[in-house]
Amino acid sequence: MAVEIPKEKWSGTVREVTLGATREQGGTRTRTLTVGGETAMPHHAFEGSFPHPPALALEVRDRKPTDWSPLLLQAWGAAMDDPAAWAKAAEQAGAELIFLTLSATLADGKANTAANARAVVRKVLEATGLPLAVIGPGQAEIDNELIVAAAEEGKGERLLIGTCEDKNYRTIVAGALANDHVVQSKTPMDVNLSKQLVILIHDMGLPLERIIMDPTTGALGYGIEYGYSVMERLRLAALQGDSMTQQPLIVTPGEEGWKVKEAKVGEGVPAAWGDWNRRALNWEALTANALIYAGADIIVLRHPETLRRLRGVVDALMAA
Amino acid sequence: MALTGLEIYKLLPQTNCKECSFPTCLAFAMKLAAKQAELKACPYVSEESKAKLEAASAPPIRLVEIAGDDGKLAVGNETVLFRHEKTFFHRPGLFLRVKDSLPAEEIKKQVAAADAFKADYVGIPLTLDGYAIEAASGDPAAFAGAVKAVRAASKKPLILLTSKPDVAKAWLEAASGTRPLLHAADASNWEAMAEVAKAAKVPLVARAETLDDLATLTQSLTKAGLEDLVLDPGVKGPKDSLEKLTTLRRLAIKKNFRPLGFPIITFPGAGGKADDVLLAAEHIAKYAGFIVLDTFDPASLYGLLVLRQNIYTDPQKPIQVQPGMYEINNPKDDSPVLVTTNFSITYFAIANEVEGSGWPAWLVVTDAEGMSVLTAWAAGKFDSERIAKAVKTVGVEGKVKHRKVIIPGHVAVLSGELEGDLPGWTIMVGPREAVDIGAFLKAMWVN
Repeated sequence: MAVEIPKEKWSGTVREVTLGATREQGGTRTRTLTVGGETAMPHHAFEGSFPHPPALALEVRDRKPTDWSPLLLQAWGAAMDDPAAWAKAAEQAGAELIFLTLSATLADGKANTAANARAVVRKVLEATGLPLAVIGPGQAEIDNELIVAAAEEGKGERLLIGTCEDKNYRTIVAGALANDHVVQSKTPMDVNLSKQLVILIHDMGLPLERIIMDPTTGALGYGIEYGYSVMERLRLAALQGDSMTQQPLIVTPGEEGWKVKEAKVGEGVPAAWGDWNRRALNWEALTANALIYAGADIIVLRHPETLRRLRGVVDALMAA
Repeated sequence: MALTGLEIYKLLPQTNCKECSFPTCLAFAMKLAAKQAELKACPYVSEESKAKLEAASAPPIRLVEIAGDDGKLAVGNETVLFRHEKTFFHRPGLFLRVKDSLPAEEIKKQVAAADAFKADYVGIPLTLDGYAIEAASGDPAAFAGAVKAVRAASKKPLILLTSKPDVAKAWLEAASGTRPLLHAADASNWEAMAEVAKAAKVPLVARAETLDDLATLTQSLTKAGLEDLVLDPGVKGPKDSLEKLTTLRRLAIKKNFRPLGFPIITFPGAGGKADDVLLAAEHIAKYAGFIVLDTFDPASLYGLLVLRQNIYTDPQKPIQVQPGMYEINNPKDDSPVLVTTNFSITYFAIANEVEGSGWPAWLVVTDAEGMSVLTAWAAGKFDSERIAKAVKTVGVEGKVKHRKVIIPGHVAVLSGELEGDLPGWTIMVGPREAVDIGAFLKAMWVN
């Protein structure tokens, strides 16, 4: 019998946002990255258009982190000692965006400085032609100092800068306005807060084509379902035409996935958890994979092997 | 799909006889639609209307139950496409494929190892749901032997993978006393398979590559008298899976399309190219009822089971952690004591940060009815009295030689009152955000 296949038509579209600027556009990037543009629920290619695949980014730190899992230290090796070398290695591993996070402190324990932020951003911009995100340590005062400096240093490069949160967005948005960047608008797993912060940022004069929403990611087993459902609800609202929810979504399964015990440590855990290396890689990959189906447009990872696995999923979903 | 009051009204006698105890047929229809009355209260409803109303009240996705020697699994009966709309009710079963071509002893060994798998997730035991035995040898005797071997090693429910009716029959005897799922009937063998399944009173999988063929097949099987069916749409890879499983779920829930209103079985390891762990994860989130895994690896099974638990959590009732005292990084008698609420996300945020910071600590989780710190404080569920009670009852006084307790920065206002409620204790005000705990301890915790 002929089954009549139900298709859903939506009135709304996710906004397209472009990161990175080439020489002609006033920057120095060798390529740009555009995300968004979807006209149906995530990867429902049978009833909508998906002009851009979800982008896979790798996180690079301004200095070798002291609290990352030994498995990540193994994966990146000596490249972690220098952000430029690390960014190059990430590009070789297939990243489409370098997600540079700045630490709160320098190696000697003193507060990180604007001068250091500038130097690191400069180095990374010179080491890779990929678009770049520059994200502060998440503490308002330090964020403002470091990110404004980074925004100036990367003027014209159309960076993604953050973190903009409801209590601290004005300075960073001003930095984006003055230097032609895009901002990450981060809210704690709540549809209305996501929308509200986009409105506040937009009210400062930043075009909606320069805002990416970060709905906050929970790791597998540690609240993934909250972020997952908030993303599904945001995407439904976007497709129904709610303009202030139509921003592309960025998620950080690398950071969250590797923070939890299941990924981070290999000793003193139940035997039922199985082989540490495979379990840890699965933890990051399973977290990221679920968020692809919830509507993630940019997926920030930490391990190159996870990027390789996710690339397989993204390619399969985008195949004609 | 449920009918509206008006649709039900059209099927009633419309005589307003009041014998149902409602003033009019329309009022009765409204009560029926709201499930506050039962159809049998109407003595005059026609048989035809009764059948229609009963059919309409059946769930859009049939609940199919299978059972092993010990343990049952029911899947189906889902009502929404997105978990936030209500919840996903019946967690998909995760099964491990076992081939009958292996020697019986080897099968027993494999199954026993997999059957011993048990992980704990916030107090919930996680295990495999059963075994899918594949008739790879094509020999009914080998298959029956394999069924016996699996039953000797596990009491969990079984799925039997064979398209040969004679092999299925041999299984029938070997599996008697249980209610396995038989896989599969297709366009070429359905009549014989239907007979076997019907005689054994077991659910049967209908397998076809297209939804048109699948609907044709299930209608034939339904006409042959089978009610408990499962669909195998033969999905290949992430994209095909998403399209077919989403369409099936929509047809059932939004269109109440009966021929495809059954749970779905998938084989993420078949088809070769895809990452089978990630494909199984997709099937968990997007609409499978039975998932057959090709390999047993705790390092992936644990993650998949946790994912299933998360996706099938009722979004209206967030997971709460058990109030009490939690030990992080093997704390000693000079380690800090921190207080928080029992909202799972709050607990995870704190526990993760403390753990990541490397600080040994005692975490006292108060019963704040599953609310986060600020919400619970505003609702009066995380006040001085409750914190003091928790600190006194969890036994932390016997564990530490100091008398200092750290409260969340968001409830700094409670510190004065808490000093009164916890005599002898020094109240320290910690950071507002979990992420700052490591830095706070480094700066403030001095012994």
